[in-house]
Amino acid sequence: MIDRKQVLHVGRLARLELTDDEVDRMSGELSTILDHVERMNQLDLEGVEPTSHIVPLENVLRADEPRPSWPREQVLEPAPDPAEGAFRVPSPQA
Amino acid sequence: MISEEECREAAELALDQLPLWVREKIGNVAVIVEDSHPRHLMGIYDPVGGVQRIVIFRDTHPNAAEVRKTVLHEIGHYFGMGEEQLQARTKMFCGCELSFGDRPNTHTCPVCLAHPGVLPVINEQAVRYALQIALALESEVAPRSIFHRKNYFYPDNPKGYQISQYDIPLARGGWLGDVRIHRVHLEEDAAKLTHVGESGRIHGSATSLVDFNRGGTPLVEIVTEPDLRDPAEAREWAQLLRTTVKQLGVSDVNMEEGSLRCDANVSVRRAGAEQLGTKTELKNMNSFRFLERGIAAELERQTALLEAGGQVEQETFHFDPRTASLTPLRSKEYAHDYRYFPEPDLVPLAPTEEMLRHAREALPELPAERRERYEAELGLPEVTARQLAFDAQLGDFFERALAVADGVEPGVLANWVAGELSAAQRHFGPDGREVDPAHLVAVARMVVEKRITHASGREVLHTLIDPGSSVGDPEEIVKARQLAAVSDASELEAIVERAIEAEPAAAEKVKAGNPKAIGPIVGAVMRETNGRADGGEVMRLIREQLGLD
Repeated sequence: MIDRKQVLHVGRLARLELTDDEVDRMSGELSTILDHVERMNQLDLEGVEPTSHIVPLENVLRADEPRPSWPREQVLEPAPDPAEGAFRVPSPQA
Repeated sequence: MISEEECREAAELALDQLPLWVREKIGNVAVIVEDSHPRHLMGIYDPVGGVQRIVIFRDTHPNAAEVRKTVLHEIGHYFGMGEEQLQARTKMFCGCELSFGDRPNTHTCPVCLAHPGVLPVINEQAVRYALQIALALESEVAPRSIFHRKNYFYPDNPKGYQISQYDIPLARGGWLGDVRIHRVHLEEDAAKLTHVGESGRIHGSATSLVDFNRGGTPLVEIVTEPDLRDPAEAREWAQLLRTTVKQLGVSDVNMEEGSLRCDANVSVRRAGAEQLGTKTELKNMNSFRFLERGIAAELERQTALLEAGGQVEQETFHFDPRTASLTPLRSKEYAHDYRYFPEPDLVPLAPTEEMLRHAREALPELPAERRERYEAELGLPEVTARQLAFDAQLGDFFERALAVADGVEPGVLANWVAGELSAAQRHFGPDGREVDPAHLVAVARMVVEKRITHASGREVLHTLIDPGSSVGDPEEIVKARQLAAVSDASELEAIVERAIEAEPAAAEKVKAGNPKAIGPIVGAVMRETNGRADGGEVMRLIREQLGLD
C-alpha cells in the first residue's frame, strides 16, 4: 500500500505538483502495481537468474566514430530562455 | 564547415608542429581535403604505394582546431596505434564528439539532449578502455554487467536520470599499490552548469547556463576500499592512479579539464577503535593540492565535532578552493534517493574472451612494474627508478633514449634524463623545445668520452631546449660555442703550469698539506680554458706538478 505521504515524496523527487485528487488517484494506482509485484514475489523463482532485459541480446555496441552534432540554433530552438548559446534556467543553488 | 583552404592550412600547420622525431619518422605526408565521407568520418590515414596520405573530410570539421585533432589522430595510426591507444572520440551513448572549451551546445544531439524517442548505444571504445583500467587495477571483470538509471532531478541532467552501473558493475575488487579497489564501473558525465548570479536583483533570482557539450562523456568510476589513512597519503595515491591511467593512454587524466575528478569519503575514529566512523563525502576537489587540503579540513571539522560531544552526520560537502572551506550541499535529505532501476534501453554487457584479450594486450608497462624493472634489470638507484617510472613523459623519453643508446650506460642516461633534462624542462616550461632522445644520448656520450665537460653537456642540453636559440644538433652546438674539452694533454699541462706560477701562495699551501687551497689554481685553469677542462684531470695534473702524487 502506497500512502499519501509516499506519493508526495515521489512526486517531489520528480518535481511534480499534485492536486489532492491526483494524490489519491496515484496512491491507488501505484498500490495496484505494487500488489502485482507482490503477487509475483510469491512465485518460486529458485534458480532463475534475475532478468534485466527481455531481449536475448548482449553487447550491442557502436564504433567510436563521430557523427555530426545538431546545429546550435536547432538545439536551442525549444529553449524557453536561451542566453549566450546556452539553456538559461533558474539556478538550482538559489 | 571549414573552407577547403583553411582546412588544408590547418592540417599542414599541424604536421609542421609535430615533434622532430615524429616528422623524421613519417617523412612527407600529403594532405588531401575532401568534402565529406558517406559514413561521416573525419579523416582517413591512407598510405598509397609508399606515399603517406591523410584525407580530411571538411563537413565534419567546424574549425581549424578540429582539423588539428584529426591530423594528430590519423598520425597515431601511422605509428601503428590502434584506436585503443587513442582517447575516445565520442560520447558514451551517442556519436557527438568529445570536446573541451568549445562553444556551448555545439556538440549535442537528440540522444544527449534526451529528446523523446531516442535510444542510447554504448561506445565500444569506452568499454575497451574501461576494461583496460579494470585489468590494470587487477580488478575482476564481471562476465555480465548491466546498466541502471540513477534518477535525480537537476538541470545538468536532461533525462532526469544518469545512466550508470549499480549492483552489477563492470568489475569488482583489485589493487593499486597497497590500496584495495572496491569496484570499477562505466557511466556518463553530466552537463556543465555555469552559475550566474544576477546582481541588484532579489536573492533567488540567480540563473544558471547549461552547456550540454560535456553531457554524456564516458566516465569510469573507480571506488577504493577505506585504506587511506591521511590527506597526504590520499593525494599520493590519487597521483599514482593518474600516472597509471595516463600510462594506459585511455585518458589525458587532466584535473583542470575535469578528465580526472576525485570525491573523498572521510571519517574519523578514536585511536584503537575497530569500526570506522560515520563518513561524509567531499566533492569538487579539482587539484591534488585541494584534495589534500579538503580532506585535512574535514578531518579537523569532524574531530572538533566529536571532541565537543557532537555526532558526525552523513552528508555531502562542496569544497571551495578559494576559501578552503566546506559547504554542505542542499537538499541532502533527497541526495541518496536515486531509485535505481535497470536501464531498459540497454542490453547487458558481457565482455567476450576476445574483448578481454584485446584489453590485456593493450596494457603497457605500468609504473610499479617499470620501477621494479629499472631497479632489477638496469640497476638504477631507487630514487631515479621511481622518478622515471612515475613520470610517464620522462619515463617514455628515457625508453626512447635507451633504444638508441648504442653503448651509453643506462645508468648514465637515467641520470641525464632524471637530472639535467628534467631540470632544464622545468626551467623552460611549456615553451621549451622538444629534445630528440638521440641528441641527449649524443650529449651523454660526449661527456662520458670526456670530449666535453659535464657543465658543457648541460649547456648543450639547454641550448637544445631553449626556444630562443637556433636549432642545431649537439655536435654543431659544441663547435659553434667552442665547448670541446681541452683534450690535448700537453696543452692542458702547459696551462696548469702557468696557473701554478700565477698562484704561488696557493701552491705553497697545497704543498704544505692543505688540499683545500687548490681552489685558486683550478680557478685559473678554468678561466684560461673557459671551463672546457675536465675538473678531475686538472686536479690530477696540479697535484702531479706540485710533486704530491
